[in-house]
Amino acid sequence: MIGLGHYLTVAAILFTLGIFGIFLNRKNVIIILMSIELMLLAVNINFVAFSVALQDLAGQVFAMFVLTVAAAEAAIGLAILVVYFRNRGTIQVEDINMMKG
Amino acid sequence: MILQAIMFYAFSAIAVASGVMVVSARNPVHSVLFLILAFFNAAGLFVLMGAEFLAMILVVVYVGAVAVLFLFVVMMLDIDFARLRSGFIRYLPIGFLIGAVLFAELVLIFGSWAIAPNLAALKAAPMAAVTNTRALGDLIYTRYIFAFQTAGVILLVAMIGAIVLTLRQRVGQRRQSIAAQLARTRAQSVEVVKVPLGGKVEAD
Repeated sequence: MIGLGHYLTVAAILFTLGIFGIFLNRKNVIIILMSIELMLLAVNINFVAFSVALQDLAGQVFAMFVLTVAAAEAAIGLAILVVYFRNRGTIQVEDINMMKG
Repeated sequence: MILQAIMFYAFSAIAVASGVMVVSARNPVHSVLFLILAFFNAAGLFVLMGAEFLAMILVVVYVGAVAVLFLFVVMMLDIDFARLRSGFIRYLPIGFLIGAVLFAELVLIFGSWAIAPNLAALKAAPMAAVTNTRALGDLIYTRYIFAFQTAGVILLVAMIGAIVLTLRQRVGQRRQSIAAQLARTRAQSVEVVKVPLGGKVEAD
């Protein structure tokens, strides 16, 4: 029987993979953004799993808002990335320290 | 029931495997494609849980918009990805360490939580016996209407922000200036010239 614990385990693994991806690809902003998307997906799985297990629909409503904010974040992040690439010709994370005071 | 279990293990195994590939693929285009696969399998998990509307939203919003945006950026920017991967092995131990610590913490939390005794009274929106989409619609257009509209405002701000950030004025580009067009009067543009008989008109 597949219960709440199974879904929570999958979400935990996906979230850990997202963290892992951020550390592994420290130089590549695109992969870091993708890892963040993966983490948000894991959070959404948690929300929906608890919502179904507790028979409370508020979790699914909140998951929808998380989805909205994630889409907005990806759009803005990629726009910043494109502008940065236009100015510098690279997306090395280590080079993004021009704004240091 | 057994079919449900089989589907769960298939969806979650593929989701986790494609998650691994997202963070470890050599080519970012492959990363994006594996991200799409992970989203599809998460949508399958949502359907399995009975959240059909969110599953469809996940496919439409993530696969249809966000992942395509990623793919577009990865392919549009001319990036030397080999150079970006140079520290991959160096960061492997610290990544494993922090991942393991976080996972252990998550396991500890998930292993030792309990449902509140007064759960029925704490429910924010108890599930009604209607379809998932209808129940969500009943909820977001009534109780969560302000949150819903705020989400719309966030999307609008993101859209305007992305356009403002990436729009640029190239030098030497011919553009239509509508204000100048509308401000043009007859006196500035048309001139009546009396041509003398047998003479000629000099253009200025």
